[in-house]
Amino acid sequence: MRRPLLALLTAALIGTGANAIGGSGIALAAETQAPPELHWSFEGIFGTYDRAALARGFQVYKEICSACHSMNLMHYRNLQDIGFSADQVKEIAASVQVTDGPNDAGEMYERPGRPSDTFKPPFPNENAARAANNGALPPDLSLIVKARKGGADYVDGILTGFADPPADMKMAQGMNYNKYFPGHQIAMPPPLSDGAVTYPDGTKATVDQMASDMSNFLTWASEPKLEERHFIGVKSVLFLIVLTVLLYGVKRKIWAAVH
Amino acid sequence: MTASATRPGFKNPIIRWIDHRLPVFSYMDHELNEYPTPKNLNYMWNFGSLAGFMLVAMIATGIILAMHYTPDATLAFNSVEHIMRDVNYGWMLRYIHMNGATMFFIVVYIHIFRGLYYGSYKAPRELLWLLGVLIYVLMMATAFMGYVLPWGQMSFWGATVITNLFSAIPVVGESVVTWLWGGFAVDNPTLNRFFSLHYLLPFVIVAVVILHIIALHRFGSNNPLGIDMKGKQDSIPFHPYYTVKDSFGLGVFLIFYACIVFFCRTSSGEPDNYIPANPLATPAEIVPEWYFLPFYAILRSIPNKLAGVIAMFGAIVLLALVPWLDRSPVKSARFRPVYRYFFWLLLGDCFLLGFCGAHPPEGWYVVASRLGALYYYLHFLVIFPLLALFERPLPLPRSISEPVLKGGAISGAAAPARALPMEKA
Amino acid sequence: MADSVAPRGSHEGGTRRDFLYLATGGVAAFGVAALVWPLIDQMNPSADVLALSSTEMDVAKVEVGQRIKVMWRGHPVFVAHRTPEEIKEAEDVNVAELRDPQTDAQRVQKTEWLIVVGVCTHLGCIPLGTAPTDPRGQFGGWFCPCHGSQYDTSGRIRLGPAPLNLAVPPYKFLAATSVRIG
Repeated sequence: MRRPLLALLTAALIGTGANAIGGSGIALAAETQAPPELHWSFEGIFGTYDRAALARGFQVYKEICSACHSMNLMHYRNLQDIGFSADQVKEIAASVQVTDGPNDAGEMYERPGRPSDTFKPPFPNENAARAANNGALPPDLSLIVKARKGGADYVDGILTGFADPPADMKMAQGMNYNKYFPGHQIAMPPPLSDGAVTYPDGTKATVDQMASDMSNFLTWASEPKLEERHFIGVKSVLFLIVLTVLLYGVKRKIWAAVH
Repeated sequence: MTASATRPGFKNPIIRWIDHRLPVFSYMDHELNEYPTPKNLNYMWNFGSLAGFMLVAMIATGIILAMHYTPDATLAFNSVEHIMRDVNYGWMLRYIHMNGATMFFIVVYIHIFRGLYYGSYKAPRELLWLLGVLIYVLMMATAFMGYVLPWGQMSFWGATVITNLFSAIPVVGESVVTWLWGGFAVDNPTLNRFFSLHYLLPFVIVAVVILHIIALHRFGSNNPLGIDMKGKQDSIPFHPYYTVKDSFGLGVFLIFYACIVFFCRTSSGEPDNYIPANPLATPAEIVPEWYFLPFYAILRSIPNKLAGVIAMFGAIVLLALVPWLDRSPVKSARFRPVYRYFFWLLLGDCFLLGFCGAHPPEGWYVVASRLGALYYYLHFLVIFPLLALFERPLPLPRSISEPVLKGGAISGAAAPARALPMEKA
Repeated sequence: MADSVAPRGSHEGGTRRDFLYLATGGVAAFGVAALVWPLIDQMNPSADVLALSSTEMDVAKVEVGQRIKVMWRGHPVFVAHRTPEEIKEAEDVNVAELRDPQTDAQRVQKTEWLIVVGVCTHLGCIPLGTAPTDPRGQFGGWFCPCHGSQYDTSGRIRLGPAPLNLAVPPYKFLAATSVRIG
């Protein structure tokens, strides 16, 4: 081949792509369905978050999920990104009591939360969480979207994928059938039901709506810098294209002597 | 006040004062400005400078990340998330560093295959090649240890699997593993020492890269025709020709790199590594980063643990031995049609092995890995030497300038029977 | 690759060539600057540190004559609920005699609350005087055990090697007894 350059580069690109696809994530069990691919506002190079959805998702988390799931990497001050004002954030933080201390007498004490605190976990430690949930540990949700193959599609799938098990399937004690969970048996009972929360903006709280809002919220929790990343990314790539074109011009000019 | 035959001394008196006592400026001037480079290098020669750029980028971002990272098993994972969420531009620096490893290996793999295609490893550049293999090994050690630092599930279990390989060593294997771990399993002592060594090795790589470049400058670069420069008509000064060409190449490379850092879905990495390390729960599939996959496939292709380890390390040893396995006096594959065919087979084989390494060792993947590993060994141990003995190469042009001056047309009484058109730079 | 365009006239080619080099150099320089900024800014305080850069507290429980010590930006801050005698002492001092002349009014927003950074301006020890059993020195304020600096009821240096008064941090009363420091 006389032009190994192009062939090698193309092969390298394809190779990276193939390996990236092949080498990522837990392999779902052969019989587990992949969750349906949904369209999200944050997809694509110009993707942004839908702040209304994020606020609704936070409400669902606060009212339903936080009973079992911690989000230890989130601070109350992060909620300002969603659109809450500094005062609203203070109020949300102050609505919970957090353990602090020891005080001068050596005792731990309770105080209202502050914006700089992390989200109050439902259980003080892993053992307590397991004890309250038949030995299963409800995973921390701070990074759940990045920690699962399929990301937001997977989370949405899990939340909407509860169903009755097929006739030939024997469920283990206390487990629930879920279409998209690997192995189909998930310890979490269906957390969402129609009308479980009341959205202040009037949106109907169907299971699909709440699942979608949760997925949005959890994606933001996993990747709070997504919008900044896209913004800086677009600017950087455009800048680099301009610079590279100029450099090509300079290269041709200088090499004109040789050719 | 050193002045070479072709250039006057430096004009700036401060530079002259320093240079007289510590001739760094004359040295740089000689090595970059005057250094004669073949005029026919194509874009495949850009990858050395790109690798150098990546080394600097990784060291710079790495030192900065180390300002915010905590190498303790209970704190490491959260410190990385602290970088991603709270440190100004931390998310960007982390993604640049993490995806930089991928870019570094892409660049180095192309650089290696360029060497294999054009015979850059042949005499008198054997030591240049060996230093390159040493750099490659150091890169792999650095990347492996770096991946452990975030202390995610894959960090922990990848470390467990790979360090456990050393138990295959007869007699002392278990002691070696305990020594590596600093305990009875991968744990905090392991993490701490990996952090220390991960910080150290890149500077060792810098030292070896300097030797690599000194070895390169001893005889100058190879070129697509594989024939030596015969005089001034065959060469051009490195600056400004190749500095500007390398800059342009860097621009193209950065566009690709930026797209991956800022937009690529896989830029955030393996999902399992976003779960904090749990010694009590093994992930369904333990997968190393893509640049290790071919070796991983070779390792798993042999059911015997020790044999698998030897086969894996042997693959790298074979790479080092290439200058002695391939004795053909013709350097460039441009003039070795049969060798060229096997080159593409080898490249395809590496992709096949990589693909197999990403999948569980079941069914057809096992068969393919074994065939792939077998071919890899055959290629180096059998095909290389046999080709050198039996291949009939195409006639070489008389000099580098000759095809260049001809400008694409075969004409003139002095043209060889099959002069190739000038390489598009 | 045959570049069949004949070389341009030197003058015109020169200007065009220079412009290209200038433009490329300029764009590249801008790019380098844009790249370097994050490398520098990452060393500035991160979001979690900034979040702790101000602290709000309710001082209602601090009784008259009582003093407390709180942490702010890694340093202790003394919050003193001054008695009328302490206030009068602070206001009656002849400012001209002070090493670091400042009136009491310049150092407090509400006269009954004195809020100062509890770090001695000599070499950085933490002066005693907050706890009821601590020595307070001759001037009723604070006494630094390291080298003997003594501060008065307005936190001003009166005796000893310290050059300056105890620093007053930026603070604001959000309500009658709720204050935000920083």
